[in-house]
Amino acid sequence: MKLAYWMYAGPAHIGTLRIASSFKNVHAIMHAPLGDDYFNVMRSMLERERDYTPVTASVVDRNVLARGSQEKVVDNIVRKDKEEKPDLIVLTPTCTSSILQEDLHNFVERAQMDSKGDVILADVNHYRANELQAADRTLDQIVQFYLEKARKKGEIGEGKTEKPSVNIIGISTLGFHNQHDGTELKRLMNDLGIEVNEIIPEGASVHNLKNLPRAWFNLVPYREIGLITARYLEQEFDMPYIDISPMGVVETARCLRKIQQVLNAQGAEVDYEEYINNQTLYVSQAAWFSRSIDCQNLTGKKAVVFGDNTHAAAMTKILAREMGIHVVLAGTYCKYDADWFKEQVSEYCDQILISEDNGEIGDAIARIEPSAIFGTQMERHVGKRLNIPCGVIAAPIHIQDFPIGYKPFLGYEGTNQIADLVYNSFTLGMEDHLLEIFGGHDTKEVIHKGISADSDLNWNKEAKAELNKVPGFVRGKVKRNTEKFARERGISEITLEVMYAAKESVGA
Amino acid sequence: MTATQAPQALDFECETGNYHTFCPISCVAWLYQKIEDSFFLVIGTKTCGYFLQNAMGVMIFAEPRYAMAELEEGDISAQLNDYEELKRLCLQIKRDRNPSVIVWIGTCTTEIIKMDLEGLAPKLEAEIGIPIVTARANGLDYAFTQGEDTVLAAMVHKCPKQAPVVEEEKQERNAIQKLLHFGRKQEDVAAQESEYVDHPPLVLFGSMPDPVVTNLTLELKKQGIKVSGWLPAKRYTELPVIEEGYYVAGVNPFLSRTATTLMRRRKCKLIGAPFPIGPDGTRAWIEKICSVFSIEPKGLEEREAQIWASLEDYVKLLRGKSVFFMGDNLLEISLARFLIRCGMSCPEIGIPYMDKRYQKAELDLLAKTCQEMGVPAPKIIEKPDNYNQIQRIYELKPDLVITGMAHANPMEARGINTKWSVEFTFAQIHGFTNARDVLELATRPLRRNNNLKELGWEKLVKEEAKI
Ligand code: SF4
Repeated sequence: MKLAYWMYAGPAHIGTLRIASSFKNVHAIMHAPLGDDYFNVMRSMLERERDYTPVTASVVDRNVLARGSQEKVVDNIVRKDKEEKPDLIVLTPTCTSSILQEDLHNFVERAQMDSKGDVILADVNHYRANELQAADRTLDQIVQFYLEKARKKGEIGEGKTEKPSVNIIGISTLGFHNQHDGTELKRLMNDLGIEVNEIIPEGASVHNLKNLPRAWFNLVPYREIGLITARYLEQEFDMPYIDISPMGVVETARCLRKIQQVLNAQGAEVDYEEYINNQTLYVSQAAWFSRSIDCQNLTGKKAVVFGDNTHAAAMTKILAREMGIHVVLAGTYCKYDADWFKEQVSEYCDQILISEDNGEIGDAIARIEPSAIFGTQMERHVGKRLNIPCGVIAAPIHIQDFPIGYKPFLGYEGTNQIADLVYNSFTLGMEDHLLEIFGGHDTKEVIHKGISADSDLNWNKEAKAELNKVPGFVRGKVKRNTEKFARERGISEITLEVMYAAKESVGA
Repeated sequence: MTATQAPQALDFECETGNYHTFCPISCVAWLYQKIEDSFFLVIGTKTCGYFLQNAMGVMIFAEPRYAMAELEEGDISAQLNDYEELKRLCLQIKRDRNPSVIVWIGTCTTEIIKMDLEGLAPKLEAEIGIPIVTARANGLDYAFTQGEDTVLAAMVHKCPKQAPVVEEEKQERNAIQKLLHFGRKQEDVAAQESEYVDHPPLVLFGSMPDPVVTNLTLELKKQGIKVSGWLPAKRYTELPVIEEGYYVAGVNPFLSRTATTLMRRRKCKLIGAPFPIGPDGTRAWIEKICSVFSIEPKGLEEREAQIWASLEDYVKLLRGKSVFFMGDNLLEISLARFLIRCGMSCPEIGIPYMDKRYQKAELDLLAKTCQEMGVPAPKIIEKPDNYNQIQRIYELKPDLVITGMAHANPMEARGINTKWSVEFTFAQIHGFTNARDVLELATRPLRRNNNLKELGWEKLVKEEAKI
């Protein structure tokens, strides 16, 4: 047993449901107690879906416990097959079915006999996989199912498309800014003269899966979802894949160069250098931002990054390599894939934290006192408590992280969005700088009171005045550091001298 | 309308039980806030944790007095010792939060692996010195608000059996009494006691936000009725004394287990009344309590009329419109009865579970209201089937559908007005004073529509091909 207050990645069935409901005309039936269809609420709320979420439960209740759920599950599948005529029904196990140990495979076979559509059982175990791992597996399972089916019927799309083409694998519902990323990638491919063969699973039809092998290569933009599928396609159909996330200017260029290489190996003779150069220098604003005075003021500022593998690794690189920001700590909750993360970020940060425990990351933030945090909603709230700004870069996310406006994280427009996010999070670098020069304009009486009231240490008049010159958003930190310094040395009155000594001692 | 004519009998049906609702463990979210010195430990899986984390929304960031005891594979296969594991976690909770009670919430998993929480609790309680209450609020057996029912039923056993002999002490333990006497001198208090009619002790049950507690308590006080205690109280240490022969009354329709436990285990007398939702319900509730104590109610009729008059602007919007309840929180019968009294018609009331005995007075009032308002009695569908309901909604085209969030947006996109049912659970809806809040919620989609009326943006999905 584990005491837990918060989890970063959801249970396995959420991953399966995300994949199933991303496809068009695929219905998921959960084998679950009443109340476990909370996924529908999340999708309807967060994605503001206009359509009913194609997920129903085959309810496990007392009767089922006593008599087994075979009949009920089979009936529910067959009924849904008639009502909605889905192409595919995915029977989705939950934590409850994991311990009931019923032969769900057998139910699926039985239901298949009476259904027009296809029926499969998602092959995920609640106790062995989390949301992300399950999503990765389910996507692969569906792809394999349809390719094998097509192979048996001799229906696999013959040969490659005439022009270079790509499958984009891993865009899914409830994924962080996935909708916008999908659009951005399509644009990017269009710019490069690459046809988009299929995007899966978001908006895809299972009937088209047989065409997957016709693409020249596969692009897997996120580390968490799609790799298993890409590896399967490589093995079975000899399709190369690219798993470089085009997030940030440097990584986008790296991704494009890799595409160039893969296509040229198949005789395409493309050269993207000029495109990359043009985008980088003149179209995307991010490279210019790095050069501008705004960004100069961020130089050496401390940041903490935490999130899933894809976003935390990309952000760490962007902050350190493209903006000169000092990433003190980079972390991920993707424990199962920790080695990859370490390898990606080790040269760009001082410390690495691999943890699923929000307390641990919260403590680390409090200890480091960065100028900004880039994390999940949990870190945003830690930031609120400590008065440190936070940009949200990864799930778990809330409704405000499903913006209506166009906000990709990938591609060149993504670099612009990220630059805005970073800049806004650092409490406006220039303004901060000016405040420092002019001693701040925040001299309201109330704030004096607030500062002296909650402190057991005595600040003399000059020290208090000096403290009030410190710009608002770092004032708390200066005060805490000074008091800590004084307490450690048994000093009871804080004077200007003590303040300076404290400042010197921390070297900041 | 002739007075002799019996109200139309209500029509009950039962469907497949394939409907959307919240898992009953959600009661943790409001109960930990209500019982200020409690700590809720949900013994379950990531599925339970994920639900709570998302359903509680921003509350989760406020360091709630709640946590998951997340079961791992070793717990399932009984490689780990349940007692030792729970002890370890409870000691940690004791150290970090020092609560006055730890409430264990059993889940589907603890049911299926037959973890004997009721057996482990007394042992551990003795060992660590903190009371432990066990409630099986799982999705196998219950829906949404019934979670509170299981917790309160378990708490009944922890209520002191006898009033302490010393009078001062009694006043110490009784929060409501203290509240009412707040700031008054001892003599005044004694004088005030005489304001009450002499009646056997009355304890109310159902978790209410404090302002509602005060409000309903004062409402009864006006009739000379004294509320001796409330289950649950603000703090676990203030649970009311319940002696044999006490009278009890419920404030919410989903508390049937608590009622049964109070009657069977504590030999209390249950006052079966409609629930104090809407001015009609509140009046009927007070009248019923009065009648049990042989008190002639004073000024209730005027009070009700006055509230109705103040609601007229909202009632105007509802009159002649129809409402459809898909059913997910057991408040449906009371809400429908109130809305019918407002002049609405109601073709269908879906409800997760219907205790016809506990809700008898409410059902009778519903039938009577329909008759008096001249509308057909609604069909009451227990364990509804959401898919079938949606087909019926398409046919009936009700003006308002009260439903869960899973269906609200898709229906809105199809031009159907919806109100999210969960809001009725969290808003303050009880008593005369809060009647307006209920209508605030119910009329919101209609008011929104008045604002957007001329834009022609009703159906926002392409016409679906008829198969
Ligand atoms: S239905 Fe059961 S498994 Fe699901 S959240 Fe509720 S208690 Fe947990």
